[in-house]
Amino acid sequence: MVKIGKNIVSVTDLAIGYESKTVAERINFELETGMLCGVVGINGIGKSTLLRTLGGFQPKLDGNIKLKGQNLEKYTSSTLSKELSVVLTEQPASKNLTAQELIALGRQPYTNWLGTLTKEDKQQIQASLDAFLLDKLRNNKCHELSDGQLQRVLVARAMAQDTSLILLDEPTTHLDLYHKVQILKMLQELAHNKQKTILFTTHEIELAIQLCDRILILDGKNHPFGDPCQLIEKKHFDRLFPSEMVQFDAKTGSFKVTK
Amino acid sequence: MQGTKTYRISFLFLILALLCSWLLNISSGSVSIPFTDTVSTLLGKTPEITSWEYIIREYRMPKAFTSILVGAGLSLSGLLMQTLFRNPLAGPFVLGISSGASLGAALLLMGTSLLAGYTSFTFLGDVSLAIAASIGSFLVLLIVMIVAQRIKDTMALLIIGLMFGSITSAIVSVLAYFSSAESLQRFIFWSFGSVGNLSMNQLILLGGIVFLGVLLSIISIKSLNAFLLGENYAQSLGVSLKKSRLTIIIATGVLAGGITAFAGPIAFVGLAVPHLTRQIFNTMEHKVLIPAVMLYGAILMLLCDTLAQLPNSASVLPINAITSLVGAPVVIWLLVRKRKMMF
Repeated sequence: MVKIGKNIVSVTDLAIGYESKTVAERINFELETGMLCGVVGINGIGKSTLLRTLGGFQPKLDGNIKLKGQNLEKYTSSTLSKELSVVLTEQPASKNLTAQELIALGRQPYTNWLGTLTKEDKQQIQASLDAFLLDKLRNNKCHELSDGQLQRVLVARAMAQDTSLILLDEPTTHLDLYHKVQILKMLQELAHNKQKTILFTTHEIELAIQLCDRILILDGKNHPFGDPCQLIEKKHFDRLFPSEMVQFDAKTGSFKVTK
Repeated sequence: MQGTKTYRISFLFLILALLCSWLLNISSGSVSIPFTDTVSTLLGKTPEITSWEYIIREYRMPKAFTSILVGAGLSLSGLLMQTLFRNPLAGPFVLGISSGASLGAALLLMGTSLLAGYTSFTFLGDVSLAIAASIGSFLVLLIVMIVAQRIKDTMALLIIGLMFGSITSAIVSVLAYFSSAESLQRFIFWSFGSVGNLSMNQLILLGGIVFLGVLLSIISIKSLNAFLLGENYAQSLGVSLKKSRLTIIIATGVLAGGITAFAGPIAFVGLAVPHLTRQIFNTMEHKVLIPAVMLYGAILMLLCDTLAQLPNSASVLPINAITSLVGAPVVIWLLVRKRKMMF
């Protein structure tokens, strides 16, 4: 059973975007410990902007973001780095790092000024390597890894950062179905077993329905949020895409091309 | 990251190589001094011919130490820039930093004679030359940095660096056209590059500059490692982007600027040495890379200076030419062998 604990993120009336242009507004949702939440919506609706705003990379326009009861803006970059970790769509700048070196960088918020790893840091790194089946690849350089392996390394790095909230921007892009399912199942395990709150954007709506505890649908209007089954019952997925192209089948929880 | 233990043997080897190249550098020169006499002089004994002692103590030793400081400092500035710009082709020369230093030096050496006009204003202290060159390189570095934030494209950045080089050389030509033969000569000799001719005071000042650069680099080790993931990741790891970027820029400006001021624009060391180092030290951990590139750079510079000295002849080749002759093929070789320059 999924243990649902205390509140980690609460977002109220959030408006996101840029000075000149509001991308999305009136976003509301709450996440508790151990929850896996997917953010879905069509291209350009603001999924990445939402993630960037939640991650503190760009300022919000309006509303409130609370992380563990405290306003996000109140965090300094060093205190935030212990509560929130990210997996971005951008590739690591240096692909000459080994998998283990890259994961070890996740421990930076906890290490001293020289970045010396303590016993506890090493244990965390080992745990992350094990959780994402990377033990044998630890000494491989990033440029030697496949897309799926590199993605696992990046998620393992976020896990090593040991934060209560992990944000991932499209962790399943460029992966085949098997590796998509693999990474999402690993995220689910991380959320449920390690009591992490995980929020990720994705285009894999059908997989998200099966694996997520909560889904946030960015539809440009009222942004429904809730349990996937409830969202299906309320027919929120039906309006996600123009119905002349694709239609949602509530029975199977999948999309069908309109004939 | 892996501990430094794995690299103990490599470091030992490098230190030995440094010692050997230092001895080689000191024992060769325009006056032929037997190797055994060189060593015994270094050990504090008086050699057969007393003038040898003077040559070794007063000329060759400072020159060797300058080479070490110049090689180590330039290589370190190259490493810092490659990480800061996350670009394998970054280096003080390629990005126009050395051109900036040249411009600063040219303005001081030739410009003052223009501005001061007919007054006998000839005071050109070493400190002012160092400051002028440092400011020049620092300004160019800042501009490149601002451009780099807007333009993420590697090639564009390098082309901008090249353009800065052209602008500087154009301004230098204009200055040269109007300046007196004497100050023009001073500038030309400066631009050949030289690790000799430094007085003890200048050497101490250069040592201080390099020390400052190294110190700033050491306090940046953690953020340098985080920058390997990219700026967004670095920020999410708690790195204060503005502060650490500025620290690294100052370190680079001080190193490249200060060294260029005293030794002239020395090409390719900053670009090539970090890549050579990565051939042996297969890591991206700056805790290992910083001392490694410094040792490597010092060795390379000592060897280049030994070559420039043309054993047993009175003529000395411009060190800038030697480093280019050695450095450029190395870069080409690396590119051809690896197909792609890894950073």
